[in-house]
Amino acid sequence: MHVIEFVRNVRLWFAPQEVRQEGGTPDYRFSLANERTFLAWLRTALALIGGGFAVDQFLPDLRWGWRVGLALALLAAGVLCSLRAVNHWVRCERAMRRGEDLPVSRFPAVLSLVVAVVAVAMVVVVLVGWEG
Amino acid sequence: MSAGPVAEPVRDPGLQPERTRLAWRRTTLSGAAAAVLAVKTALHGGVSVVGIVVCALCCGLWLGFLALAHRRIRILASSAEPAALAPRHATATVLFTVALAVCGAALVL
Repeated sequence: MHVIEFVRNVRLWFAPQEVRQEGGTPDYRFSLANERTFLAWLRTALALIGGGFAVDQFLPDLRWGWRVGLALALLAAGVLCSLRAVNHWVRCERAMRRGEDLPVSRFPAVLSLVVAVVAVAMVVVVLVGWEG
Repeated sequence: MSAGPVAEPVRDPGLQPERTRLAWRRTTLSGAAAAVLAVKTALHGGVSVVGIVVCALCCGLWLGFLALAHRRIRILASSAEPAALAPRHATATVLFTVALAVCGAALVL
């Protein structure tokens, strides 16, 4: 269900006129607030991607598997976060035009859990990895 | 203050366009930090052809992001009630971010 909804939204990313045709134009301040939220998520994504590079660069003593695994996990989280950012932005924009409630999302909770797990993994890996 | 019949454009007391402009600037800065880390990774094991190509690619991606941010900032500054962000514009910024991550995956592996 989520996947179908997501694919439907992907079409909207590239079709501004379709978003614009629906409902009425909301107060420009709401749109700008939505845009800033989108940019904040994009910064989170960039920070995750930067974290991926940092793991690769600044933990050179780790075993190859751990280092590459952690770096790829962070990079993948960054990609997911940025895709979700634009998807959520489109959904909010459409909800505002239609006068519906803003969409709710489990993503922030999931992301914070993932970041917590990666942080714990990093601590364990740094403690154990130097011995191996 | 200018005296005269020319009406000053009404300014949003919440400074929403200005805040949005600064959010674009912050995001560009975050992108620069990520790109610098990418360049450091690319040139880590000495200078190689692949390293230089990926380096140029990352710098190009960042410049593309900067151009998009600049265009949006000009739209924001152009009127008192700027138009909403175009979905294509948002998607383009996200694609630059994803491309940077793909470069990163290629470098790490």
